[in-house]
Amino acid sequence: MIEVKDLHKSFGDSEILKGITTSFEQGKTNLIIGQSGSGKTVFLKCLLGLFDYEGGSISYNGKIFSRLSEDEKRNIRAEIGMVFQGSALFDSMTIEENVMFPLRMFTKLNKNDMRERADLALKRVNLDTAHNKMPSEASGGMQKRVAIARAIVNRPKYLFCDEPNSGLDPKTSIVIDNLIKEITEEYKITTVINSHDMNSVMEIGEKIVFLKDGLKAWEGSNKTIFRTDNEVVTDFVYSSNLFKKVRKMYLEENS
Amino acid sequence: MNYLHSIGTYFLMIAEMFRKPTKWSVMKKLILKDIDDLIIGSLGIVAFIAFFVGGVVTIQTALNIDNPLIPKYLVGFATRQSILLEFAPTFLSIVMAGKVGSFITSSIGTMRVTEQIDALEVMGINSINYLVFPKFIALMLYPFLICIGMFLGILGGLVACLYGGFSAPEDYITGIQLDFDPFHITYAFIKTGVFAFLLATIPSYHGYYMTGGALEVGKASTTSFVWTSVFIILLNYLLTQMLLS
Repeated sequence: MIEVKDLHKSFGDSEILKGITTSFEQGKTNLIIGQSGSGKTVFLKCLLGLFDYEGGSISYNGKIFSRLSEDEKRNIRAEIGMVFQGSALFDSMTIEENVMFPLRMFTKLNKNDMRERADLALKRVNLDTAHNKMPSEASGGMQKRVAIARAIVNRPKYLFCDEPNSGLDPKTSIVIDNLIKEITEEYKITTVINSHDMNSVMEIGEKIVFLKDGLKAWEGSNKTIFRTDNEVVTDFVYSSNLFKKVRKMYLEENS
Repeated sequence: MNYLHSIGTYFLMIAEMFRKPTKWSVMKKLILKDIDDLIIGSLGIVAFIAFFVGGVVTIQTALNIDNPLIPKYLVGFATRQSILLEFAPTFLSIVMAGKVGSFITSSIGTMRVTEQIDALEVMGINSINYLVFPKFIALMLYPFLICIGMFLGILGGLVACLYGGFSAPEDYITGIQLDFDPFHITYAFIKTGVFAFLLATIPSYHGYYMTGGALEVGKASTTSFVWTSVFIILLNYLLTQMLLS
């Protein structure tokens, strides 16, 4: 479980996060949503420890990250898997080497055991024939799946995904969403996804945190988002006619 | 203020390079890869430039010494001194700032743009140690490259004498052995070592701390070449003043 209390982050005079308090539960897919510029990416990078913050705290399973020693921080980071928006695969390595990378860095496994673990992770994301391809030879969807395999190969406790569906077609987006949800439940990981994608919100948002102008404007789930009367949320989530109709139908069916 | 901030960040990067080392089994491979990319991959261009510039130095010297009172072996002497003291350590380092420096900046810069450096950091890896330290170690072999440049430069002069007829090869060989001071080799290698450090760290700094997209990677490569060349020239002057005067 990840708990965030009164998180503040500024760049110069510009205050990006103005006191966010929330929590992300284990075994659930937690989504952070909001408009561009609402502070989602900065929030995610604070959670990952890539940005220092001025106020508040972030704790991983009760351990406040900023109070930990460098070694303890490194141990927590070794328990984190991350799927970047652009996949961030190492382009000088093959797909298999990319997946084996966290094992090479953090375990004492021999090469055969590492291969076996990488093979399992690649099979888990339905990529069992692409081991020797270079990332540049893989499609966007394949790259995302390799990134997920790399993120889960070391059996992390926390999985972070920054817009995992960006640049993907709707069908591949659903495959990626379902994959993340299945892995979250199967490995009992705390998953935090930063997303713009409303299909993801509706499909896998077991917990949703809506950010606006650096503040938490709403918190709920894919079930409660249909019923919310928070105008800020409805303006954003139901901005398209299609989603307006879906919401209307849902409310009519469930009234 | 910006310059002071950059200088501070540069020195912090150097300190960080030696902290929290990457696992040796991984580092070993990175070092070997960088030796291949930076040293072995530069052999061709260094050999080509050194050989022909050595020839040109010999031709220029021979053509400009037309006074019969000046001995002909002076052509070999002047070529040797030019190549050992300046051409090989300094001129080749500026060429390498273009070749190796741009490669380092663009490869690290591309990793920054495509979030590969963030991926390393999230995993708890000291990305500066992972990326810069192997390049620093690989460039410790840079004096070997310059040594080849020295040899081929002098050889290029001999070939120019043999086939161009600008000076008798015997005179040239006498000239290159004349008044040899072994400290000049020490001086050349001290300079080469310092330039190797600059070649590894300045381009890495420009790649690592760049922001923006693909266009900025190109700009960072150009900036890194300019600054590496500026510092090579400045330190060349300071070291020459300190060691030879």
